[in-house]
Amino acid sequence: MEITMGSKRKGGQIVLNIIFVLLVVAAVAPFLLLLSSSLTDEATLVQSGYNFIPKKFSLGSYIYLLDSGEKIMRGYGITVFVTLVGTVLSVLFTIMFAYPLSRKELPFRYLVSFFVFFTMLFNGGLIPSYMMWTQMFHVKNTLWALIFPSLLMNGFYIIMMRSFFTASIPDALIEAARIDGCGEYGILFKIVLPLSKPMLATISLMVGLGYWNDWTNSLYYVTDEKLFSIQAILNTIITNIQFLTSGQSAAIQSSAASALPSVGIRMAIAVIGVIPVLCIYPFFQKYFVKGIVVGGVKG
Amino acid sequence: MEKQTTIAAKKRGRMGKWKMTIALFSMMLPGFIYLIINNYIPMAGLVIAFKRFDYSLGMWASPWAGLSNFTYLFKTNDAMNIMRNTILYNLVFIALGHLVAVTVAIMLNFLRGNMNKKVYQTLILVPYLISMVVVSYIVFAFLSQENGFVNKVIEAFGGQPISWYTQAKYWPVILTIVNLWKGFGYSSIIYYATVISIDSSLYEAARVDGAGVWRQIWHVTLPGLRGTIITMVLLAIGRMFYSDFGLFYQVPMRSGLISSATDTIDVYVYKALTQLNDVGRASAAGFLQSVLGFALVLTVNFIVRKIDKENALF
Repeated sequence: MEITMGSKRKGGQIVLNIIFVLLVVAAVAPFLLLLSSSLTDEATLVQSGYNFIPKKFSLGSYIYLLDSGEKIMRGYGITVFVTLVGTVLSVLFTIMFAYPLSRKELPFRYLVSFFVFFTMLFNGGLIPSYMMWTQMFHVKNTLWALIFPSLLMNGFYIIMMRSFFTASIPDALIEAARIDGCGEYGILFKIVLPLSKPMLATISLMVGLGYWNDWTNSLYYVTDEKLFSIQAILNTIITNIQFLTSGQSAAIQSSAASALPSVGIRMAIAVIGVIPVLCIYPFFQKYFVKGIVVGGVKG
Repeated sequence: MEKQTTIAAKKRGRMGKWKMTIALFSMMLPGFIYLIINNYIPMAGLVIAFKRFDYSLGMWASPWAGLSNFTYLFKTNDAMNIMRNTILYNLVFIALGHLVAVTVAIMLNFLRGNMNKKVYQTLILVPYLISMVVVSYIVFAFLSQENGFVNKVIEAFGGQPISWYTQAKYWPVILTIVNLWKGFGYSSIIYYATVISIDSSLYEAARVDGAGVWRQIWHVTLPGLRGTIITMVLLAIGRMFYSDFGLFYQVPMRSGLISSATDTIDVYVYKALTQLNDVGRASAAGFLQSVLGFALVLTVNFIVRKIDKENALF
């Protein structure tokens, strides 16, 4: 709680505010460099480099993306689709797993809890997962590859959701619904969920952010450009830059060079990948903070 | 409530109970299947580290290879290098990360006014929301040799531009800064949640005894944070053999010249699989990471249980 700082209080507050303003600048300024670079005229950018204030303002990069950036628009579509489908499936599976776990009537519930908890302690890592997804489930170059591997469910969220149900849904309420002849699915979707909106918002946002920002699944499982999300496109551009500077053969170099957007456009793609997240964030800020607080220390 | 439960149970009878149990288990089915596939099959798949992997046979049918993948892995300097990098980076990140986070949380607590507090909290979390690919673009805007902001500043002061992406010596510092920048808001918020839950009467008592700000922090705030610090550091130590793949793979822009300073186990496993096409070494390194990581979590938790049971994870 608040601490009084005696006579030095005012001076102390000013110093604290200055420190925080500096921290905020440190956190946010790098984005301004990115934004300003995307809004600078291409020739100026090549000549005088990235700067916090555009030396010559230009919307050229964005106009180019709108005009001829079919690939980018497609990437946007893929990102949005995967984020929506992934988040809906993920939240649905998570609540349907967490609700029974929160019921005392469930046989073997400690065993099932351990089954979930163990996945948080031990995992097989990349190689076995990669072999399984590609060889047993053949997800390579399908949309499923962006939705299913590793992101769909997470032991952490299950435990978080279970703890929430246990703590905030009264047993008597569920008993009453059962007496009224309500089935378990009815209880979950008609009675429990409407009471769990803040927690649902929190988990949806965390999962949604995970899908929106994911580039690893594309990196591992997708080589077909038609399935590239925004993050995957950004990732490929870096790979192509590396091709150019690593002294590959001239043929590969020239094909990589032609595929490479100019400096300003690259930054513009990064900006449009970030903007939706930054736009919705302020409105859901409290759910994010809540999710971090609840999920941060022990499940 | 107990009474109500028994009445309800009787009313439903045995059939009702069965129906309920089946309904509950049927709800869990999709999640159950997913966890078996996504988490448990790969655990069994770790046997691949002891096989001579053949794509045409798959991971179960490939012939056994004994420990040859491991001896092969340790023949190169790679193994020691990636272990060293992973562990050293983790130690630095844990020490600095938690120090900064606790400091910011305590400062946030001292701050007056709800509006500015909220604005600061919201904004320091922004880097946490961004994918590592985008972060690597931002870092590139700062460090690119020809166009980077940092080199332009160096040139403006008459210095020579530095080729950041070809010299390994800079990268331990760069990666530490990026890691701190991206994560400090997140962990500060976690600590802040604990700080504000400390009983305010403790501060009052300290003030009555004449304690100033620093003594209040030392005798009230820090003891109040002790449990959270132990749990958080424990969690981080348990993940000592893991690294943030994005940070170490994306931010150095895959520059081969600096890989001695930027390759961690995760990056090595990925590179060995995709670039060297060496499943043997990749799976041996991955096996060590999984098994050592698991052993470490159990050990650390065991030690904490001995010292202070309340702060143990399980």
